[in-house]
Amino acid sequence: MKSTLKLALGLASAITASTAVSNVAHAEDLTLCWAAWDPANALVELSKDFTKETGIGMKFEFVPWTNYADRFLNELNSHGKLCDLIIGDSQWIGGAAENGHYVKLNDFFDKEKISMDDFVPATVVGYSEWPKNSPNYWALPAMGDVVGWTYRKDWFSKPELQKEFKEKYGWDLGPPSTFDQLKQIAEFFQKREIDGKTVYGASIYTERGSEGITMGAMDVLYSFGFQYENPKKPYEMDGFVNSEKSVKGLEFYKALYDCCTPPGASNSYMGEGVDAFKSGQVAMHMNFAFTWPGLQKDENVGGDKIGYFVNPKGPDGDQFAQLGGQGISVVSYSDKQESALKYIKWFANKDVQAKWWSLGGYSCLNAVVKDPKFPASQPYAQTFLDSMAIVKDFWAEPSYAPLLQASQKRFHDYVVAGQGSAKDALDGLVKDWTQVFQDDGKM
Amino acid sequence: MLNRTADSVARATPEPLARKVRGISDKGLAWLFISPTILLLLAINIFPLFWAIYLSFTNFRANRPNEVVKNLGFANYQRILTDQDIWIAMQTTAHFVFWTILLQTVIGFTLAWLIDRKFRGHAFWTTIILVPMMLSPAVVGNFWRFLYEPQIGLFAYAISFVTGIPPTNIQMLSNVELAPWSIIIVDTWMWTPYVMLICLAGLRSIPEYIYEAAEVDRASNWRQFWSITLPMALPFIMLAVLFRGIENFKMFDMVNLLTGGGPGSTTEVASITLKRQAFESWRTGYSSAFAIILFVAVFGLANIYVKALNKVKQR
Repeated sequence: MKSTLKLALGLASAITASTAVSNVAHAEDLTLCWAAWDPANALVELSKDFTKETGIGMKFEFVPWTNYADRFLNELNSHGKLCDLIIGDSQWIGGAAENGHYVKLNDFFDKEKISMDDFVPATVVGYSEWPKNSPNYWALPAMGDVVGWTYRKDWFSKPELQKEFKEKYGWDLGPPSTFDQLKQIAEFFQKREIDGKTVYGASIYTERGSEGITMGAMDVLYSFGFQYENPKKPYEMDGFVNSEKSVKGLEFYKALYDCCTPPGASNSYMGEGVDAFKSGQVAMHMNFAFTWPGLQKDENVGGDKIGYFVNPKGPDGDQFAQLGGQGISVVSYSDKQESALKYIKWFANKDVQAKWWSLGGYSCLNAVVKDPKFPASQPYAQTFLDSMAIVKDFWAEPSYAPLLQASQKRFHDYVVAGQGSAKDALDGLVKDWTQVFQDDGKM
Repeated sequence: MLNRTADSVARATPEPLARKVRGISDKGLAWLFISPTILLLLAINIFPLFWAIYLSFTNFRANRPNEVVKNLGFANYQRILTDQDIWIAMQTTAHFVFWTILLQTVIGFTLAWLIDRKFRGHAFWTTIILVPMMLSPAVVGNFWRFLYEPQIGLFAYAISFVTGIPPTNIQMLSNVELAPWSIIIVDTWMWTPYVMLICLAGLRSIPEYIYEAAEVDRASNWRQFWSITLPMALPFIMLAVLFRGIENFKMFDMVNLLTGGGPGSTTEVASITLKRQAFESWRTGYSSAFAIILFVAVFGLANIYVKALNKVKQR
């Protein structure tokens, strides 16, 4: 009887102890929320070093891009405790800061001697600051990203195509430096037979549901002269958003869609673009730089067959590219803010950032990207650097969501559905955006 | 036997409790049993409805819970009713409802009439016809999206085979003219069996002796159909139209999966607009007002229709 009692007590204490140990271990686990994409897989790999160093376990909550904003903005709005760390989209910064979703990092940065001067300036403005261009930091630049282009180097270098192209357009077939050249190349390849297969000119963003067509059209509009507002008078948009130059830019984007995209590409974004390029459908492919490591490694279209170029210049020589990417923030509703800040401190380390780049993430740390060896470290590294030097971002206002929805509708109605004119679309956009800012009491 | 069991249970029950239970009237007992259901109904149906009505008069945004909520009176309603985009979405919805109901009713009734002939293998064909209705809308939407693909989709090849138009020119989901029809086709494919089932129930409820009497009177097949089959099945057809009408007015999943409202806003039905306003633009008060307007419209139209249905039944 005694031995049975001892055994029972022993088992009970063992169970209690193991539960306590497991509770302690779980209490230290951090959950990081992000989109489900290639860089997220690289981050999982990278974070194993953090666990080794600190003993803090890492859990990940990755959501596909199409639901990314819905899922995590809901989580933040409902003050959920799911995410301790979040890599939120650049446009969220304004809303997340004003609504208290993110922990302000200034004191922490000062204490840990993390300087924003050590990061690429565009990424600090884009991913960390609110209000923009003020020293109020809500995130550490985590994943630099920008829209650029890939092209089929192997097709471009075919002698018979080079000859035909030169005869037709009078210049050598190669990566375009202007949008006019880009369109000529796209027209040249459209419905051409290459290796027994019909191919098309270019894959561009046309997606309606989330942010696709806006990210694509803006890439062109910026370089044609589009401005969000009067630089001297905030929120004055008439004559800037719908300027003559902006109209020409939007007309160009429609012309590119009409002439040179694959059939049925009326709702394409990042995934569809990668599919079109990987399956050998298109000669050129607009996409965020995060897709490049995967494409470079692809057996069919990567290696020597792929080339990269920066978003081309507009008619007046202006050259800009749409900023993508995100910063990493500590969620203010998390119970593990101390551990989460440890992760940010670790992530800001130079060696970690160098490894981040080598695994397929895009570091924003100057020490990594300004290293003399960086441009040669990957075939796309120089294009990434050049692109990051010319970035512009969409409104990062707290009301970015209705602003984005308005541009999605106006652009898709005109570019894909062919309704009205470019002027109508941009005039309508001024009207919609004005309404949003009036609702916010900013106008 | 039952009374004896009840008595023994009553005897075994401690006295104070038994007295309490015995003290409850039948009505009280009924309320006791249905109160959990009523509470649940109030919590998940009635309260949200009244909460939505309240929100519809405010500028509340779910993504800004800390902001002061202002009462706007009827401003949200006024803005919705004067918004051209909302009216276009309503027209698009009406277009879908009209065509899907028309096609589903005509095809569904025809199929029911054929199945009712009880030809050899009719049970097998009934099962085959019912398959689309049993699939999940998510599966159906993705399945048809692949079928409509202009480069690899079977639909484009089938049309190309018949018409000679190159498959890459048959862009069902990208073309402004074709996109609405692509959704109407899928919805009809999926829900015609449902209409067929209801119509079949109607046809099977017609007593055989009426046809026998008509045979005696030498009424032609057409006459029998026009004077007996159709009038007697009409209440069932109308019921199917009511169910499908309400469902299609709220159509969301199929549109979202196939076109997402595009190209442009060509297939943006009211429910898609509502979702965009509520969960993408976060205009909670505004979208609540829109939801109330839609609710009133469906409720009002359904009531008028039910009155007409009752009149037909009484004939």
